[in-house]
This record gives sequence, structure tokens and C-alpha cells, in this order.
Amino acid sequence: MSKLDSKIPEGPIDQKWTKYRSTIPLVNPANKRSLEVLVVGSGLAGASAAATLAEMGYKVKVFCFQDSPRRAHSIAAQGGINAAKNYQNDGDSTYRLFYDTIKGGDYRAREGNVHRLAEVSANIIDQCVAQGVPLAREYGGLLSNRSFGGTQVQRTFYAAGQTGQQLLLGAYSALQRQVGMGAVELCSRHEMLDVVTIDGKARGIIARNLITGEMEKHFGHAVLLCTGGYGNVFYLSTNAMGSNVTAAWKAHKKGAFFGNPCYTQIHPTCIPVSGDHQSKLTLMSESLRNDGRIWVPKKKDDTRKPTDIPEEERDYYLERRYPAFGNLVPRDVASRAAKERCDAGYGVGASKKAVYLDFAFNTARYGRTEAAKQNIHNPSQEVIMKLGKEVVKEKYGNLFDMYQQITGENPYEVPMRIYPAVHYTMGGLWVDYNLMTTVPGLYALGEANFSDHGANRLGASALMQGLADGYFVIPYTIGVYLSTEVSRMSAEKDKADSIDKVKTKHPEFDKALKEQTDLINKFLNIKGTKSVESFHKRLGLIMWDKCGMARNRQGLTEAISEIQALRKEFWSDVRVLGSADEFNPDLEKAGRVADFIELGELMCKDALNREESCGGHFREEHQTEEGEAKRDDENFAYVAAWEYKGESNFELHKEELKYENIKIAQRSYK
Amino acid sequence: MGSGHGTELNLTLKVWRQKNSKAAGKFETHQLTGISTDMSFLEMFDVLNEKLIHEGKEAIAFDHDCREGICGMCSMYINGRPHGPKQGVTTCQLHMRSFKNGDTIVVEPWRSAAFPVIKDLAVDRGAFDRIIASGGYISVNTGNAKDANNILIPKTDADEAFAAAACIGCGACVAACKNGSAMLFVSAKVSQLALLPQGQVERKERVLKMVAAMDEEGFGNCTNTGACEAECPKGISLENIARMNRELTAASFK
Repeated sequence: MSKLDSKIPEGPIDQKWTKYRSTIPLVNPANKRSLEVLVVGSGLAGASAAATLAEMGYKVKVFCFQDSPRRAHSIAAQGGINAAKNYQNDGDSTYRLFYDTIKGGDYRAREGNVHRLAEVSANIIDQCVAQGVPLAREYGGLLSNRSFGGTQVQRTFYAAGQTGQQLLLGAYSALQRQVGMGAVELCSRHEMLDVVTIDGKARGIIARNLITGEMEKHFGHAVLLCTGGYGNVFYLSTNAMGSNVTAAWKAHKKGAFFGNPCYTQIHPTCIPVSGDHQSKLTLMSESLRNDGRIWVPKKKDDTRKPTDIPEEERDYYLERRYPAFGNLVPRDVASRAAKERCDAGYGVGASKKAVYLDFAFNTARYGRTEAAKQNIHNPSQEVIMKLGKEVVKEKYGNLFDMYQQITGENPYEVPMRIYPAVHYTMGGLWVDYNLMTTVPGLYALGEANFSDHGANRLGASALMQGLADGYFVIPYTIGVYLSTEVSRMSAEKDKADSIDKVKTKHPEFDKALKEQTDLINKFLNIKGTKSVESFHKRLGLIMWDKCGMARNRQGLTEAISEIQALRKEFWSDVRVLGSADEFNPDLEKAGRVADFIELGELMCKDALNREESCGGHFREEHQTEEGEAKRDDENFAYVAAWEYKGESNFELHKEELKYENIKIAQRSYK
Repeated sequence: MGSGHGTELNLTLKVWRQKNSKAAGKFETHQLTGISTDMSFLEMFDVLNEKLIHEGKEAIAFDHDCREGICGMCSMYINGRPHGPKQGVTTCQLHMRSFKNGDTIVVEPWRSAAFPVIKDLAVDRGAFDRIIASGGYISVNTGNAKDANNILIPKTDADEAFAAAACIGCGACVAACKNGSAMLFVSAKVSQLALLPQGQVERKERVLKMVAAMDEEGFGNCTNTGACEAECPKGISLENIARMNRELTAASFK
């Protein structure tokens, strides 16, 4: 087995990044102009990286499959972004954010990366506010904060229930500024289909123009994959319909190791499935758990309306099981607790696969405060609820509207019905401290990499990580590699066939282009009987049943053979209509589903290998008597980095996780 | 299932089909049966597309992504209204319970000279990106920011800026306007930044550049019909247009 070098700098944890940052080789302005960087994906990580690298003087190209970079799925993040500002004077610090993230990740993340994340978190808020991002404010004009799961301080900055939208539009405007100045070339409605490697280094990509179907070759001295997560492997998830693993998976097949693929985040508060027609699931932000209390009836199969069930007959099971954190336990813990109640027969709604998220208690509390503010003495219950609803509306109005649109029920009057759903993937391409994958010159940022969240991500930390990687990490760390490119370029200055002169005329580009063109034609020529969509649905069912919230050896073993059979069937019986040289969404999807099928198999293999429970990965064989996740630090305190060795063949490499600053312990939120 | 009271609908769909931007388009009629009222409008399209593929016919191309009303990608003109009959929702958030059994539903792409049709119901809204690139930003390079709480912003100003910033760039305002004007979209960005202290330095230059870019893209003029505000799924206010006009006047006569 090869040894993975994470390249964590030496020295005390709180000095690693500052010291390292000031020793990274620089690239002078003239050389930056001749270095080309390809950025794939335009979400928080991609847009912020592209804008910043262009500001620094690099030549940047950005690719996104959507019609505009502003539509990347970061736009849908609701609740907020964490930063260790301690504006609330409640004892927050860089160390606490670092500690909470490591603990929240169930001791399966790298200390060095996470500390760096906590350090730059404060700069992110500064940068966004400077860009004109309208984060929520208090009456004194200062920024407002709210609480999120897994923490006991208020460090989450937000913009109503649309924080991701506002942060992404900030990054997008910075990106468009560079586009307007000619420093970034924007290729929207383009999908990356392969990484081109030459002598082991990433040298560019093959992309398909989704409008014309034209296959294009693009050269870059470095390639940044900012392509998000792979939650859609489950078919139903809170991800956007187009979110996919193709870029990351193709990179994996070109030599980039895939880290911890089985670490999946199942978010506890989503709108439940309503029928077979369901195409996606919608999240109800974790911020709702600030003011909502989660409960089920104490009686099994209770068919009374929630509002008719008296207080003493309700089981506020999170408050009961976890008195210290209550409704604000981390996502993995809250999801499993909901599943446990529903499996035991206490679920609500027609499907019995839901629990209540109830705002009545806090609405009344807000109402009483408002009444006091307005000098209304002895207000009636009706007045209290009316005033309270106005406060709730201001905080979560868009989420409540969304809930009503989807379910047809009014959450101001009756409790929401919620159930866990796939939301985020902590796993992703393995990267070192510089965010470089195992392919030199190929980077992965944001959700596309595996590095900062361990086995469970805390709420409001995805936005933080995407922007940290893009604004404050890659602009420095990319210099480590690009400075070596500068030396190489200077050495090869007079060489007629140097890559800087040949660029996309290099035969490796033509080879990759042909492979991808052949693949597209292959989809079109199968002319089978079943739609792409039907295969995606079947894959999703296998994954959800056997590699979802709870996993076991038998189920995973079955899933692997079922997925292999599904793959065979896909390649012999899929029906993709239309042609290659036009706008053809079904053809795009065929490629994505083909890659999801292969990834699904690796996820099951990784889950099977990890004989312990940690964070979002719950192996039924490994639990405590109270049903909590039981880690095995002796044997599994490592990152599983998988190398692609051909069809259904993956080799495991281990990166040992060392905890030098935080004492590894059983995670407790009781 | 769901709220537990879903029923089923039989519908006639008249959908615009157009091979590409150069080809002529036409309506195609499809019958759908057993559509659950719990479905979203786009899930109804998924059902239709599955049916078409099963019959060996090409699926209808339409834009969609997040399906939760925030990415701004979906863009259907339904029974003569952008995003359909319900106020304040995008096509993806429109549910079939808003329709009746036996309804005929006519679906077209956004119609505007500045938004050419790519195929069927998908259009090219690249003009919006170019308008933002002309000045819809604050020029602050990464690393140049001061502590965020050094800039005090009255809550009412922050809230008003946020209300303008809530625009999702879907283009319904343009599709709704008889002139194909993009004033609501442009004014929302101009307003957001004009309302904030961070936006003051480039305030005049920004509005001039953005309006010039808008005109260059071939959007029509504003004649104050208010159709844009009425059809905006995010409730972007017409007041933004008034504010942009004031900003433009102030910037033009310095």
C-alpha cells in the first residue's frame, strides 16, 4: 500500500497555517498571466476560487452545466454560515469552532485542515459583508447570529432562510466582475466529461457544450474541481436535479483517490416523501430547530390530530434522550432518533414515516415578548399567537411558505411533518493540505473533497468550507504547485513540443476526446427499452435501503451484487433518444447515472469495510446499548482513500488520523 | 400519502416544441391521466417525458434544477402567465392541486427577443449574466475587507436591501412584460447595492453601466404596467424601478 502524504505542516496547531502560508512559494505577476487555471463548478467554492484567482492575475476559465453560474446548488442552502467571531460574547473562539467541528465529525476529520477552516471563518464574513451581502442585522446595525446543531454558542450568520443564495450571489458578482474585465472566460451550459492527464499531471479537461453538443478540449496548468457532492446517488435527496458526481468520478478513474465515500449526511428535517412521483426532497432548515420542538405521540398509531394531543401525551424524544443539547443535537443523531421512533411504530402522517416539528411553544413565547414590548397587559391567547406568528414569519417566512406549497398544509397552524433525507456527502476526492488530489495539478474544493467534516458535518459549516477553500485557501496553496510549473516552463522555454506551446494539440487530448465521444455514441446506440430515469430510481432504492441511515453486512453485500447487475442491465437496455449534436438533457443524464451506478458500488464497499459506526455511517452491528454509534478508534481511525483499479476493482489506502490537540472520546450530547 | 387527501386529474397539455433557435416551433398536444394533485408541475412533466420515452418519442426539453424555488432555472409560461396561475411561486413550486380535472394547460417558453429559445421550453438568459458583469457588484478583492461589524447598517436598510437581493434571476419579469423589459431585474441589483453603505463608491457608475448593458442586450423599455411585479415569484417590488430611475437621473446629471 502506498503511503498518502497529507502534507500537514509541522508546528503547533494554531500556528500551522499562518507559518505555512508565509512560506509558500510565490508566483510573480508576469508569470501569473501565463498560467491558466480551469475551474469546474460555480458554487461557493468554484465562484470564490475563480474570482480570487483572477483578481490575483491568473488566466481563469469557469465551467458550469447550468445556464448561469448563479444557479449552482449552493444557492439553495438555507440556514446560515458559521464563523468564530464571538460577536455574541458567549465564549466562542477559533478553538471552540475547531473542537465542535472535530467532535461533530465524530473524530474522523483532520485536525490541521479543520483548524485552518476555523481560523479563516471570520475573514469570510468580512469579505461577504464588504461585497454587499445583506446578512441579517440587529436594530443597532450589528450583525445577528442564530444557533445551529452540535454547538452551544451562537455563531451562525444568516440572511433569513436564504443564506446560501445571498452568499452565492456575492461570490457570483465577484466572479462576474472578473468576467466583465476579461480576466475570466465563462463557459456556462458546459459539462466536464473527463480530466486530461499528461505524464501523470492534470493538463486540462474535455467538456461538452450542452447547447450544441460539441465536444471541446480545454488546456489548463491546473484544474480545480468544485463540483459539489454526490447525494443524488440516492435518487431522492435535497440536492438539485442536476447535481452529479461525473466530474469527480471521471477524475477518480484518472487516478484521483476517493476518500470516505460512505460518509453520507442524512438531514433530519425534510419534507416527507408524498408518493412514487417524487423527484426530489426539500429541506426544512436546521435553523428551525432553534424554535421548533420535535415530538411524536407517546401512544403507538395515534390517529388524533396533533393539535388534539395533550402535552402530557407527547414524547419530545430529543429533549428526553439528550437533555444537554435537546433539539439541537447534530444531524446524524437527530436523524437516527427519528428513524428509531418511526421504526418502533410512533411515526405520524399517512405513511407513518414522519415526526412533528412544532412551533406552537416558541410562537407563544415570542408572542408574550412582543406583547410586553408593545405594552399589552394580560394579552389573550389569540393576541399572543398572532404577535408570535409575525415574529416567526420574519425569521422563517420563506421556509413556511415553501412547506405550505409542497404539502398544502399551513405550518403556522399545525406542526410540520418531517423525516430525514439525504442532504450532503462528507466523502469526496481525497486531497492533501493544499487541496490537491493524488493527481498533481488536480484540486478538489468544497463539498467535492473529503477533508473537513469527518463522518458528520455540522449545520452551517458547508457554506463556511466552500468559501474558505475558494477565497482563502486555494489562492495560497495553488502556488506550491504552480511555482514548480513556472520553473518547468522556463526550462522548456525553447522546446518546440512543450505542453505550454502544444496545449490541446497534444495527442492525449485527442485520445480523451475520442473516448468521450465514443461513450456518448454508445449511450445513443444501445437503443434499449428502459429510460435513464428508471435506472436512477432503482439505484436510489438499493442505496437508500441498504446503504442509507442504517447499514449492515448482509444488506451491503446484497447491494453490491444488485448494483453490479443493474449496471449490466443499464449498459444493455437503456434507452436514450435524440442525437449527440443538440441540446439533449436525457443524454446528459445518461452519463451522470452511469457514473452514479459505479460510485454506488464503491460506497457500499467502503461502508462494508468500515466495521464501526461513526457520524453518518451507522453499522447496525456496532452500536451501544442505548443505540448510539460505536466507533472503533483502534482499527478505524483512518481516512479510507480508494484507488480505481478497473471495473469493480478498488484498492484501499489508509491515511491515519492523529489527534494531537483534541482528546478523542466518545461523542456525547446528553 | 402526503397530506393524505390527494386526488387524481386527467389533463390535456399543449406544449411548445421547437428543435432549436433557428427552427420554427409548434404546439403539440398530449393527454395525461391519473396525475396526482400532490405532484409538482415539473413532476407532471417528468411523467409526460417518461411516457414519451416509452413511446419512443423525444422528451420535452425544459430547464429546472433545485426544484425548491431558489435557483431560478425553471421558466415555463403556463396558460399565459410566467410560472403559472399562482402568485409568488416558481414553476417548480407550483403543484397540481392548483388545477382541476379536465383542464387544458398551455405551456410555452419565455417569450423575449433577448431570450432566444434553445430548444422546446429552454431559453438562453445569458443576457442577465452580462448585465451583472457590467457593474452589478462592489469592487472588493478578496482579502481587502475590514471587520464586518465595522460597517453598521440600520436593520431597515439591510432588510430592504435583502428584499431586493432576493431576486432569483429567472426572467419572469421579462416574460411578463409586453415590452420585454428587464427593468425589474436590473433595478433589484441597483437598489440592493445603492441601499448599502458598501455600494456608495460606485453608485453612479454602476447604474449607468448596467442600464447601458441592459439596452445593448435588446430588452424593451418600461411603460410602468407593473406586470413584472405581479408575476415575480419572489415579490420584487416595483419601487426598485422607481429607485433606479432616480439613481439614473442623479448619475446622468452630475
